[in-house]
Amino acid sequence: MEKVKCECGHVNPHGTILCESCGRALTVEAQKEKLHDMRYEGSARRSQTYNKSIVDKVWNFFSSVKVGVWLIIITLIASSIGTILPQEMYIPQNRPAKDYYADVYGVWGEIYYSLGFHDLYDSVWYVALIALIGVSLVICSIDRVVPLHRALKNQRIVRHPTFMEKQRLFSRQEIQTYDQDVEKVKEQLEKKHYKIREENGNILAEKGRFSRWGPYVNHIGLIIVLIAAMLRSVDGMYIDEMLWIREGETLEIPGTNGEYYLKNNKFTVDQYDKNDNSAVFKDALDKAGAVVKNYQSDVVLYKNENTEGAKPNLKEVTDKSIRVNEPLKFENFAVYQNSFVQDEPKAMEFTLKNKKTNEEIGDVKIDLWEQQEVYDIADGYKIELLGYYPDFDGFAENGEPKSKSPVPNNPAFLFKMISPEHKDGEVSFVAIRQTIEPLGDTEYKMAFKNFETLNKSALTIRKDLTLWIFGIGGLIFMIGVIQGAYWNHRRIWIQKVGDEVYLAGHTNKNWHGLKREISSALEGTSIPEPLDRKK
Amino acid sequence: MEKKKKRLMIRTIILAILVLAVGYTLYSNLTQQSKGKITEGEKAPDFVLTDLDGKEHHLSDYKGKGVFLNFWGTWCEPCKAEMPYMEKLYPEYKKQGVEILAVNVGESNFQVKKFVEQFELTFPVVIDEKKEVQKDYNIVPIPTTFLINSEGEIVNAKPISKSLTEEEIRGLLDQIKP
Repeated sequence: MEKVKCECGHVNPHGTILCESCGRALTVEAQKEKLHDMRYEGSARRSQTYNKSIVDKVWNFFSSVKVGVWLIIITLIASSIGTILPQEMYIPQNRPAKDYYADVYGVWGEIYYSLGFHDLYDSVWYVALIALIGVSLVICSIDRVVPLHRALKNQRIVRHPTFMEKQRLFSRQEIQTYDQDVEKVKEQLEKKHYKIREENGNILAEKGRFSRWGPYVNHIGLIIVLIAAMLRSVDGMYIDEMLWIREGETLEIPGTNGEYYLKNNKFTVDQYDKNDNSAVFKDALDKAGAVVKNYQSDVVLYKNENTEGAKPNLKEVTDKSIRVNEPLKFENFAVYQNSFVQDEPKAMEFTLKNKKTNEEIGDVKIDLWEQQEVYDIADGYKIELLGYYPDFDGFAENGEPKSKSPVPNNPAFLFKMISPEHKDGEVSFVAIRQTIEPLGDTEYKMAFKNFETLNKSALTIRKDLTLWIFGIGGLIFMIGVIQGAYWNHRRIWIQKVGDEVYLAGHTNKNWHGLKREISSALEGTSIPEPLDRKK
Repeated sequence: MEKKKKRLMIRTIILAILVLAVGYTLYSNLTQQSKGKITEGEKAPDFVLTDLDGKEHHLSDYKGKGVFLNFWGTWCEPCKAEMPYMEKLYPEYKKQGVEILAVNVGESNFQVKKFVEQFELTFPVVIDEKKEVQKDYNIVPIPTTFLINSEGEIVNAKPISKSLTEEEIRGLLDQIKP
């Protein structure tokens, strides 16, 4: 590949538009321009120089900003399509997602499912798109930052007059007092923190060059964020699970591979009491009704000492009251209060009564989750449980009671009541507000006495070892934004060309600011203020 | 020329790193998705559950035998429908080294006992009290059946989630004869 040697003697890489050193236009197009395109300083973007091997071709493809922008647009469109139907995590969990989408949304739902829109953020092609954006980001940046750095490092103080003429801010004029005027301008620019370099009485004043690296610093931040996102899919780096746990229950904590168990002793919801001594809130509470003060799960954390074996061997580690924003923390895990269900059926209490005398023999409490076959009451009196139907839903054709689910929404029981008078027992079917005596009238009955409930708490189990990487990425991202947004790279060239003074200015943004600085620096000199030729 | 080579090398290295990173992300994404999904040819997740007599049943104890693993519940009508067929074919296939193992999806001992008595089941019935085995096998609807061969591998391509007829059960049991 040919190098381009400029008339000034500097050797530029192939594809350079403006000489890195003196700024002379090296291409016919650039020579014809009225104003130079100063993006990337007219340097040779590396992609434009080679197109030989497959590696170069792939490189050049991703180096194009156009490709990058298209990748982002496609991702945006895909993301918006993903919001049209509910995502998989929000649909009912009791049947396969595939059937659900097909049944509810028809053919469109089937297509939606088969293309992976139902679980968009985990679908392979979506992840691939994001990854390609990352690739584009890396290659675009490398391809631009290296030549830009070269061009800024190699720039000479004295520029070719044509370079000066083709700057947006430019003026030229015959002048007698060049040396003393330049001295004055230098002084004033130095006060404005310009770095001034001088060569034969020509000067280049420059400040804020580091702001040119802002976008690339920003890209590094983004890439770190993408790496963090990638690490989330590495085993053990990230866990986000949900655990529903009843009061009294001890369950394995998901994501810990059976190493930790949790017991829920009690779940409580407290409300603000308007009769509390802080009477100031009384009006507010009257208006708003009940306001919750606290959601709390009292739990005990156990460590399983026998993870290999079948039966867990639990050893208490700690106990804790989990409140909103006050998680239980252990190792890298945090257990948060997430949701709850109050007053789930727990047990039903009945009294065995003599129908005629109304004499109460005794009580029986039946746990709705764990029943016994026989409940002893007193001498000669006992209850045999023949059947339990947690969600009673009428009788089958053969007369057998049916339950439509395992959840005790409508518990029903088939009892055999054994008493001294009836040693073989009397059979009674008892459901809520319904008693049937299938084998004839009975002398005794099971009278409903009490309904016991319990609460169920939902906890979020979270482990995230990638969070700090996201933090660092975000911080670097912001540094890049600030660097590029609050500083500008400003340059002012003043040269003597024959009897004339040439002045040119360039900035990457905020031209107004540059103009003001130049005009105040030129005060008291006969160097004319530059014109903005883009207006 | 030296420089050109160097540049090509740098590009190749950077692209290789990017390809590796993207490839790894996609790979781990894919494997994570198939996690929890039981697929054909895979080793059946082992478990230990107790039956009504308190006897522990390890799945690994059945190595060398085919296992017809059936998840069921007492309220589930299609489960009730297929139970008698399973019971009928059980003695015949047990002799041929095929075991039927019925996993109740976490109901009370009482309910399971009454059910077993009612249907006079003789094959082992265990209770998945903590619902951990259901999670391992990703059970959503019941009844769902898995076929496990004598090597302890899943034979069926997809979980069989329907009420089976006697003929269907016979066909499935034939598949896992050692």
